[in-house]
Amino acid sequence: MPAAMSEPRLTATPKLRVSGLGKSYGSTPALKPTDLDVPKGEFLTLLGPSGSGKTTLLQMICGLTEPTTGRVFIDDVDQTYTPVHRRDLGLVFQHYGLFPHLTVAENIAFPLKMRGQAPTDLARQVTTALDMVQMGSLGTRFPRELSGGQQQRVALARCFVYRPSVILMDEPLGALDKKLREHMQLEIKRLHRETGATVVYVTHDQEEALAMSDRICLMNHAAVEQVGTPQDIYARPRTAFAADFIGLSNIFRGRVTRASDGSAMLDTPQGLLCMDGLEGPASGTAALVVRPEQIAIGGDGQNSVAGTVAEMIYAGSETRMIVALRAGERAIVRLRPGLRVPDLGEAVAIGWRTADAVVIP
Amino acid sequence: MTIAALPLSRRRLPSLGPLWLAAPGLAFLAVFLLLPVLRLLSLSVEDADTGALTAHHYARLVEANVYLRVLGITFRIAGLTALLSVGLGYPLAYWLARLPDSRRARLTLLVLLPFWTSTLVKTFAWMILLGRTGVVNAGLMALGVTDRPLSLINDEFGVLVGMVHAMLPLAVLTMLPVMTGIDARLGPVAGTLGAAPAQRFWLIHFPLSMPGLAAAGLLTFISALGFFIVPALLGGRQQTMLAQLIITQIQDVLDWAFAGALSALLLVATLLTCWLYDRLFGLSSLSGDAPGRSRAPGRTRVWGLAFLFHMARFWTIIGEGLARGAGPRFGRALLPIYAGLAIAFLILPTLAVLPMAFSSSSFLEFPPPGYGLRWFQTYFGSDVWIGATVRSFGVAFATAILATLIGGFAALGLARSRSRWRGAVFALFLAPMIVPRIVLAVGLFYLFAQIGLVASDVGLVIGHTLLALPFALVAVTAVLKGYDWRLDQVAATLGADRARTLWHVTIPMVRGGIVAALLFAFITSFDELTIALFVSGGVKTTLPKQMWDDMILQLNPTLAAVSVVIFVVITLLLLAAERFRRSA
Repeated sequence: MPAAMSEPRLTATPKLRVSGLGKSYGSTPALKPTDLDVPKGEFLTLLGPSGSGKTTLLQMICGLTEPTTGRVFIDDVDQTYTPVHRRDLGLVFQHYGLFPHLTVAENIAFPLKMRGQAPTDLARQVTTALDMVQMGSLGTRFPRELSGGQQQRVALARCFVYRPSVILMDEPLGALDKKLREHMQLEIKRLHRETGATVVYVTHDQEEALAMSDRICLMNHAAVEQVGTPQDIYARPRTAFAADFIGLSNIFRGRVTRASDGSAMLDTPQGLLCMDGLEGPASGTAALVVRPEQIAIGGDGQNSVAGTVAEMIYAGSETRMIVALRAGERAIVRLRPGLRVPDLGEAVAIGWRTADAVVIP
Repeated sequence: MTIAALPLSRRRLPSLGPLWLAAPGLAFLAVFLLLPVLRLLSLSVEDADTGALTAHHYARLVEANVYLRVLGITFRIAGLTALLSVGLGYPLAYWLARLPDSRRARLTLLVLLPFWTSTLVKTFAWMILLGRTGVVNAGLMALGVTDRPLSLINDEFGVLVGMVHAMLPLAVLTMLPVMTGIDARLGPVAGTLGAAPAQRFWLIHFPLSMPGLAAAGLLTFISALGFFIVPALLGGRQQTMLAQLIITQIQDVLDWAFAGALSALLLVATLLTCWLYDRLFGLSSLSGDAPGRSRAPGRTRVWGLAFLFHMARFWTIIGEGLARGAGPRFGRALLPIYAGLAIAFLILPTLAVLPMAFSSSSFLEFPPPGYGLRWFQTYFGSDVWIGATVRSFGVAFATAILATLIGGFAALGLARSRSRWRGAVFALFLAPMIVPRIVLAVGLFYLFAQIGLVASDVGLVIGHTLLALPFALVAVTAVLKGYDWRLDQVAATLGADRARTLWHVTIPMVRGGIVAALLFAFITSFDELTIALFVSGGVKTTLPKQMWDDMILQLNPTLAAVSVVIFVVITLLLLAAERFRRSA
């Protein structure tokens, strides 16, 4: 991937700009002051474990929570203290938030009525929105008569129907089972593509984030950890947290030393490992991140460590091998198909190319 | 063949299943609810001398103008009471529902306390507050608003104040659980969709609170239909209600047949209201179960939604004008201020009795010229009062045990039963709350007269148990709802039989509900008047009956002292009940 992809397009005015936005309860920060730009039409995901501040950020953008510091701009207009019902945002909740006393069609018509739409126009738009989520025949049902997946479709239709310029989604698929979730991910991507809306999406599921986003904003401990395209964050995690949270990784920690030829080496419990592209002085501690698919048995690369096979995990399309290394450390290796599968307890050497390992200072 | 027959005969018995546990209660209700009420109704179509079928009593009812007028007055007062109670109670319930859980529980006590305070004590308080020499008149004259005492009671105003004061807690307590059950997240959802605060209320909260509102309207209306204490003591001749006529027919004229006809009228009015309510809203909202399908017919619903839409628009304009004119803080302060005033209206009148009880004066004058324990000495030195107090305690104690036993087992059976009779059985157990007390009382009086239970403690206990049964059942049912029945299976796999499971697992875990049932049943009996009015006679009087007799005859400061005693007893019991219920 070209590195330019990860840079936000700064030329145009961002659709949504968050500047120094922060929230604290007493002395506990729920979100440290944060800057973030979302260009028009982008699908940005706020990804992080619970308590990382992602929902707080979302709630301050839509106006359900008042910030302690900072500003929210939509189309360069300061909306920090605009009441929630005048922001023209769309919000999709994990709990769907359908009104139980209104039918599906009435739920979808609700935001249009709040905007004073003419009745004739309204019926047509509701039908279009229902068709968009493939629920055309269910307009007269009540929410309690629908399955979870159907309810979330209605919630999506209710949000897309009034074409808000920014759509915020707070773990919208969190209450669905895995199969349905993957299906709905495709639906949401399609709606995003068809409407060209700017979407800010909150999830704690890294696979979902990788599958759906134009960019991911990775959050941890009430602050932004790294912002970038999915490919960028996966290939070049900037922190150990980023490496660990997104995808499977092997992390080798150690002290930085200089080899006799002047190149930087990492002194780990597994021995000296080569490092490429370390900036700054060669001292202190650092870590090497190696993805499981970049490790091969036999140590044909430049780096090689020894261990014994501790566990085999068969996962359908692939098999993962867990290798017990020295000092209680473990490594995960994705076995390439067609190779001989080692026995449990067998001594193996595993290795990788230096260029495939990411250095984290 | 014998092998095949055996499991069949074994399957026979448990087919009614756990509902068998409700059998003692059902028998009790059959003998002391259905039988007397049906007998009373049959008396109304019988010729007193020959026993032949006759419509004579009903003809008399229709011919004489006065009875139809009383019926009209009864409906008017009950309707106004329901309207005012629900209208005034709604904002209070709304405010309570939006408080954090722990604060709501504490403040709800301020509504529960007047709910359980004896109607007699509350009415007595209003008599000394609103009377010609009462607190309100004294205050108005001191302020120079008026130079002659205003007539505030013995008219419709006095009756409505007393009735609304008595019914407001019931209205609030009926609406509150429905409102707290509304998903609080829907408000912000509507906000993100573009709804202003007034629109969020009228389009989301209000329609979702409708079942509670309707249930509160029904319960206050049918309770008010059977009222006699308040209109008798705070109203004039123009405010005579149906229940008062029934009492007169029994106590003064002893015309059973005509009393039966009047009772039938009251009962029919009550049942008709229930039927109408069921058609409109579905009775399931009374028990708090969510209705399975949309109830309102299409057109009503569409009109209703359109009406709410316009209400929402109207109030949004008002709200925005208010926010611009007086600032957003003003609008937000209105509700808490109102809630404070409403709670003061509920609590303060009863507390006003306190200084009267400690008065040194021989009259009920305000402010008291001096303070002393004189009237408590009178109370404690009187054989009549102390006898009545002892009897009330004894009867209440026995009622508590009996009602909790019968109601508790019934609750257990109903909670476990999957039978299709379950709904009907539950409704029958709640019937003593729906059927007007006066009808029950007159019916029991007739029955007891035949089997020699009039003026007996046993008769009182039976009557009070009948009234306390619904409360006991509901209290135990409430805790059983949260009980994990798999624990019974766990106990069984660990080797406990049914009786030991009940004793060692189920009962300890629902202890809170049982204690609450005992205390609620105790309070119900302790301040009960209607049954006591007929069933306790002569020297065998109860505390409320003795109070009533005194209040009819002549107000005196001893009544204030008695009121304080009743108030303190009930408050202590209620606090204890809440404590146990919460700890469960």
